[in-house]
Amino acid sequence: MTKQEGYRKKRLDRGIKARSDTLFAVASWKEILYLMIPRFLPVAVLLLLPLFLGNYWNKVLVYACIYGLLALSWDFLASCGLFSLGQSLFFGVGAYIAGGLNYYFHLPPLITIPIATIAGGILCSALLTPVMRLRGVYFAMVTLILPLLLMKIIETTGVFGGTQGLSSLSGFPHEMLSIYIAVVGFLACLFLFRRIINTDYGLILRAIRDDDRSVMSGGINIYWRKSQALFIAGAAGGFAGALMTHHYQFLGMSVFALDYSILPVAAVALGGQGTFAGAAIGSMLLVPLSEALRALGGLRVAIYCGVLIVSIILLPEGFFHYLARKYHQFEKVVKIG
Amino acid sequence: MSLLIYGLINSVILALYTVGFSLTYGISGLANFAHGALYILSGFVAWSLMNAAGLPFAVSGILAVLITAAIGFAFYWVLILRVRGIPLAELIVTFAAGVAILELMTWKGFYGLRYSLPVFVNGGVEIAGVGIDYQRLIVLASGLVLVIGLWLFVHHTRIGLAFRAMAQNERTALSIGIESDWIGALSLAFGAALAAIAAMVVLPLGVMESTIGYDVLIYALAVAIVGGLESTLGMIAGSFLIGYGQIAAARYIGAKWMVIVPLAAIVFVLSVKPSGIFGKFKELEERV
Repeated sequence: MTKQEGYRKKRLDRGIKARSDTLFAVASWKEILYLMIPRFLPVAVLLLLPLFLGNYWNKVLVYACIYGLLALSWDFLASCGLFSLGQSLFFGVGAYIAGGLNYYFHLPPLITIPIATIAGGILCSALLTPVMRLRGVYFAMVTLILPLLLMKIIETTGVFGGTQGLSSLSGFPHEMLSIYIAVVGFLACLFLFRRIINTDYGLILRAIRDDDRSVMSGGINIYWRKSQALFIAGAAGGFAGALMTHHYQFLGMSVFALDYSILPVAAVALGGQGTFAGAAIGSMLLVPLSEALRALGGLRVAIYCGVLIVSIILLPEGFFHYLARKYHQFEKVVKIG
Repeated sequence: MSLLIYGLINSVILALYTVGFSLTYGISGLANFAHGALYILSGFVAWSLMNAAGLPFAVSGILAVLITAAIGFAFYWVLILRVRGIPLAELIVTFAAGVAILELMTWKGFYGLRYSLPVFVNGGVEIAGVGIDYQRLIVLASGLVLVIGLWLFVHHTRIGLAFRAMAQNERTALSIGIESDWIGALSLAFGAALAAIAAMVVLPLGVMESTIGYDVLIYALAVAIVGGLESTLGMIAGSFLIGYGQIAAARYIGAKWMVIVPLAAIVFVLSVKPSGIFGKFKELEERV
């Protein structure tokens, strides 16, 4: 649409949106479908997709779910004002717990994954306890260097296999099982986070992001809340790490690599922050794209960074918010006056 | 004795890493996560000028500093200006740009023995029974000159005074005619130039590699967090704490424990005094 002098664009909610926001949604199939399609269609597609994809693209799907989990955990932390540049910390801690338990104690994946989820969350919030008092850029700085330093510690001291890593870990009994654990875990995390952030509990977390001083003056211990948020985000990241370990059947220092920190942030920046759906969409778009670029090798990370910068500058609200606006509202040109 | 001297050199190197980062942040509140990338990029520029264009090191070094400053300026003007004022977006853009530069350099195959800058003067000298090469003495001297020169610059030149005005209160600075975009871009250019100067002085000590960029960023951040970002004194104290800590750890526990010192220092300082050793300025609003 070309810009005309003396006119402006006007955005209005669609009538069906205004009606279906209230109880009238049950009045007709059309309105129920209007509400349900954006929620059910992606879930159904994601659940059916593994049956139709080939072996290779199923692996890509698992990656997408794993990066998606990290992106969700990033978005959750960002919802309480903690901007992390080190999702690979959560990822790596979960991976090392699961891998270590499997390698040294020979526990099966179905036991190590839940342990790594819970213990990873606890360990991450414990590791970040001294840092929790920091905000904004300072928190980002510390989270950026923590995984890199942990990587160096493993490299120099040689614990957990050092640079060699731990190999020949046990995988899942069936290929389909691992794919469905990834997909279902990802979807469960998505809807759980969306639910949590809309409850009163999530309201407090969002209030900490908006104005932590006033939450404190309301008599709420924000550090305790932040550590709970870190536990939740750390558990999601730890789950992703444990899953990846058993999927690969290998564990190395690369779990602390920058890839796992950068790509989730890029996914959220592309998809849009604050709704979790944006993070999910972003990772579902970005990971297949990066697989297609696999031939470029090390250049991939540079390309993520390019995507990140371009999407932040050109579409700062993110892809999901843009789609949601198009779905819920229509535009028309009106005369200024 | 060698502990004292090598600790001093290590501390000065850390201070050189940090000074540009700290300057940019102190003036415009912009945490330049591309600092490490600019550091190693300037080394690469100097190397290319020497080996492709055949210039002597003195000329190419100065050119590299100027080019890096120009890159810093352009980086602010083209990218950061569009997201100025959104801390998260600023952070992501600088970080992403830094990683992009580093990964592009790795992809171009920028590592290996042949990439190294020559030392200024060959040979060494023995001080109190400890042998030091001249390059390390030059590092010490340039660290000293840089800190003193920077202090004189921000206290006695027009641009330096404008920098301090911006750091103290951006709106008041605007109202007396200091343009904040211009000064912000200049501050990033200066930070980049300082990174490049540090690179010119420190890089001849070893082989250049693009992954050094990450190390420089990590150390700069660690020093800044330990010392308190806003104060020069804190920066120096932080670099001495980590610098001597590292050398002492290498001497008494083992060289592989050197990397743990910054982490331990960060955890310790944050749990005792979250605003850093000397971070009085804007203590409550920004950090905690």
